[in-house]
Amino acid sequence: MRSLKCCSLGALASGFVFVGAVAAKSVDFVKDVEPIFELNCVSCHNPEHAEENGKYRIDTKEEAFKPHKKDQRILPGHPDDSEVYYQLVLPLSDESHMPPSKLNKTPLTKEQCEVIRQWIAEGAQWPEGLTLKTIMKVEFVRDVEPILEHGGPLKDEAKATLRLWLSQGASWPAEVSFPSAKAAAGAAAAGPIDFARDVAPIFAHGGPLTDTARSTLSKWVEEGAVWPAGVKLGPAKGGAQAKQKDLAEQLHRIIVGTCKEQTEADMKAYTNTIPGTSVNYAMVPIPPGEFVMGSPDTEPKRNADEGPQHRVKIEPFWMEQCEVTWDEYELFMYKEDETATPADATSNYTSAVADAVTRPTKPYVEMSFGMGKDGYPAISMTQHGANIYCQWLSAKTGHFYRLPTEAEWEYACRAGTTTAYFFGDDPAQLGQYAWFADNSDFKYQKVGKKKPNPWGLYDIIGNVDQWTLDQYDPNYYKQFTETVTEPWNKAVKPYPHVVRGGSWQDDADKLRSACRRGSGPAWKKQDPQLPKSIWFLTDAQFVGFRIIRPLKIPSAEEMYNYWHSGVEKD
Amino acid sequence: MKTQKSAAPELTRRSFLKTTSTLAAAASFSPGVFAAHDDTLKVALIGCGGRGTGACSQALSTAGPLKLVAMGDVFKDRLDNSYNELKTNHADRVDVAEENKFIGFDAYQHAIAMADVVILTTPPGFRPSHFEEAVRQGKNIFMEKPVAVDGPGIRKVLALAEEAKKKNLKVAVGLQRHHQKPYIETIQRLHDGAIGDIVAMRAYWNNPGVWVHPRKDLEEKLGRAPTEMEYQIYNWYYFVWLCGDHIVEQHIHNLDVINWVKKGHPIKAWGMGGRQVRRGIDNGEIFDHHCVEFEYPDGSRLSSQCRHQPGCWDSVSEHVQGTKGLCDVSGYKIKGENAWSFSGDEGKDPYQQEHDDLFAAIRNDTPYFETLEYGAYSTMTAIFGRMATYCGKEINWDECFNSEMDTFPKVLAWDADTPTKPNAEGRYPIPIPGKTKSF
Repeated sequence: MRSLKCCSLGALASGFVFVGAVAAKSVDFVKDVEPIFELNCVSCHNPEHAEENGKYRIDTKEEAFKPHKKDQRILPGHPDDSEVYYQLVLPLSDESHMPPSKLNKTPLTKEQCEVIRQWIAEGAQWPEGLTLKTIMKVEFVRDVEPILEHGGPLKDEAKATLRLWLSQGASWPAEVSFPSAKAAAGAAAAGPIDFARDVAPIFAHGGPLTDTARSTLSKWVEEGAVWPAGVKLGPAKGGAQAKQKDLAEQLHRIIVGTCKEQTEADMKAYTNTIPGTSVNYAMVPIPPGEFVMGSPDTEPKRNADEGPQHRVKIEPFWMEQCEVTWDEYELFMYKEDETATPADATSNYTSAVADAVTRPTKPYVEMSFGMGKDGYPAISMTQHGANIYCQWLSAKTGHFYRLPTEAEWEYACRAGTTTAYFFGDDPAQLGQYAWFADNSDFKYQKVGKKKPNPWGLYDIIGNVDQWTLDQYDPNYYKQFTETVTEPWNKAVKPYPHVVRGGSWQDDADKLRSACRRGSGPAWKKQDPQLPKSIWFLTDAQFVGFRIIRPLKIPSAEEMYNYWHSGVEKD
Repeated sequence: MKTQKSAAPELTRRSFLKTTSTLAAAASFSPGVFAAHDDTLKVALIGCGGRGTGACSQALSTAGPLKLVAMGDVFKDRLDNSYNELKTNHADRVDVAEENKFIGFDAYQHAIAMADVVILTTPPGFRPSHFEEAVRQGKNIFMEKPVAVDGPGIRKVLALAEEAKKKNLKVAVGLQRHHQKPYIETIQRLHDGAIGDIVAMRAYWNNPGVWVHPRKDLEEKLGRAPTEMEYQIYNWYYFVWLCGDHIVEQHIHNLDVINWVKKGHPIKAWGMGGRQVRRGIDNGEIFDHHCVEFEYPDGSRLSSQCRHQPGCWDSVSEHVQGTKGLCDVSGYKIKGENAWSFSGDEGKDPYQQEHDDLFAAIRNDTPYFETLEYGAYSTMTAIFGRMATYCGKEINWDECFNSEMDTFPKVLAWDADTPTKPNAEGRYPIPIPGKTKSF
């Protein structure tokens, strides 16, 4: 740290000085600094995540100004001696650069760095008692499209979202537009931004936005984002969300018509052939019940995120006996495979709806990485890919499939046991039940070759990690004081999501029933394209999934929420 | 900000660029520093697809002051999407005015003119002419592999690469394995004799296939029937004059690794190939499999396979056998008396590293000639392979390298003739081994 700091000072000594860089007006913490910290820093440097992020919090004044060993995090009046400033302006290749470029975080702009510099130079004023919040990156589909569909007048939160979206570059997918906005356009007097004349045509045109459109929208938001009451745009044309919700409704109708099982007693193990193909998958019933989730402090190699232990109640569901194989997943990836075998005329073949499900773009590289396909688990898909596979299979079969929640996964894995593994506490027995670092020969193995757990699930631990629906939060369990039913930590950001079970790469302790792992951007760091694929992870050859089917059929809206549980775009 | 310790010395551009990249980067964030000496490198992106946008993003992630100032593509929506992605990811390094977003077949000339460094990432068929313009204008260059798709193209690129060297231009080719730490270390061991003389080689790029851009999608987008030229460029992977066939566009990576190991290129080839599975209306004229035996000057042979067929055995890898052992080159493992396998830090993402290395060479003025060193020869090796599978005969490097068969259209315009044309059903002539003349 010291030496790097010297570098940046060295640059100054070589004669690089600010030339007229100091802005005329002084920096205001709430208006200028807070948004920068909230958007870029607080999501890691907060009370929950400080431990793994240099033990530093920037959400309160007291924490933010605490010195770091001999260095000052924030030394009022001296930006160059303040870590919080100079780590922003280190080279991107530097380990200490903030936000961490090694985690693919976007560096602050020159102007933002200058704001922080000036703020510290001017004495680093921080209003007493002000606590900063985490602000998420605004996503068009998730955050902006619903605001536009809802129409005016806008609430303050909606205005704040639009302001943030504009400040983050206002990306707008090419295919989405609001042609109905044209109807709102009409003549208006010159002067300030007028909704009908200036803003509605931008919505009607749709994305991507031109710089002129961006600046018009910025002006409009700065002027208060006036949106006449009663002017509605309706669903976006080409809007991904509207299309997906329609699809969920269609599928809901089909699924309700298909499902015969009403009660737990009706639930039998079954094997299904994916219609139109010769590929099978098997489902085993998981009884309803209550269990203790997490591990006790006394469990060897236990991690802090596995506690506190808490009681969880689970509804009945079927779970796939094995991990989803390439045989199954490639039918979804490659449409031509699916039609390569003659359709089974007797099956409930909902091909038209299945065709409406989005398919992955074809990966440029070979995604099994030479480890084999027939009978081997599918890997390297994003959580979004696994989710949409469930939607596609639901459309193909007329049964509702989804990923398990983290709680459902652990319940099924434990199968009534309370030990570190479902067979007991002795890792020496692990080789009978699972593929892991000691026996996997550095690759995944065919599914179903080891002994199952008591409920008949094969490779529920080891071989490949399995996606769950939940956002990973190391402190998630802390909130539960009494029995909780079907907990699900819904995602608000692309990373991290929980995977469970451990994989062929892992040591024995990572295969414990309670062990948790979160995904990260490094899992697709070598994707050479931009935008990076929403379907494949170039660097996660240990991640696969298995599906479940709950007995109780959820509503169409719930189905949509399950299948779009992640936030697919980084 | 501390006060300066001495008066600012007069810095020349060269002496500034020779200071370390750490200094350059630290300084780059200080507004006003370059009031007197603007050392911001200006970048232009030519070819705004997913890979072009990715490459540009990597360029913009290198150390030191730089700015994207111009973009060029033949499709406006491609350019707009790319601009939006880059603006979102590198807000302060993207400064492309509307008038500097060039659309059309001559876009590259205008975009190149505005930059210090150009990124050439169009479909490969355009590469020789874009490279020519960039060298003529004296720019530093990152160009994606392959660098050409036929004999005349490769000869042009090699001549230009020599000229670029004379002009002291830095030229990088997107064969990123050369910037990937475990590959570098593995091949260094082979060059140091870890498995003795290398007597047999294998290389594979077998996978289910890549994207298809159907004609009907383009028609929907345009609201009218596309011209044949529009369609072929839109669905470029499936046309030889644009793509070179998948052996050239993709398998080049593996052939390049073997050339790297062997420190040279093959001189003879025998091949077979065809299209059995991928025969859709939007699959143009290329094969879905090629299997080639290449012979190197020392008599050793490389067995090479590339296949785009779903549901088959897949592998993307390189393996070599020596007199004292075996090496799984892509697995970074050596078996035999000098058994070894790579462990530890695999280094940076090679796609980022290749840009870090190029921009460091530009800023420090160190030689950088990847086209001459291997880019052109590895491209030609892959073209050589395609020539072997298309004609089905024994062929020699020299006759293929000197081939006069030029695949590029005589005129580039949306209504111009394409090198291959569909029949009434929308299907294209396919090479017939034993009959087709391929070079």
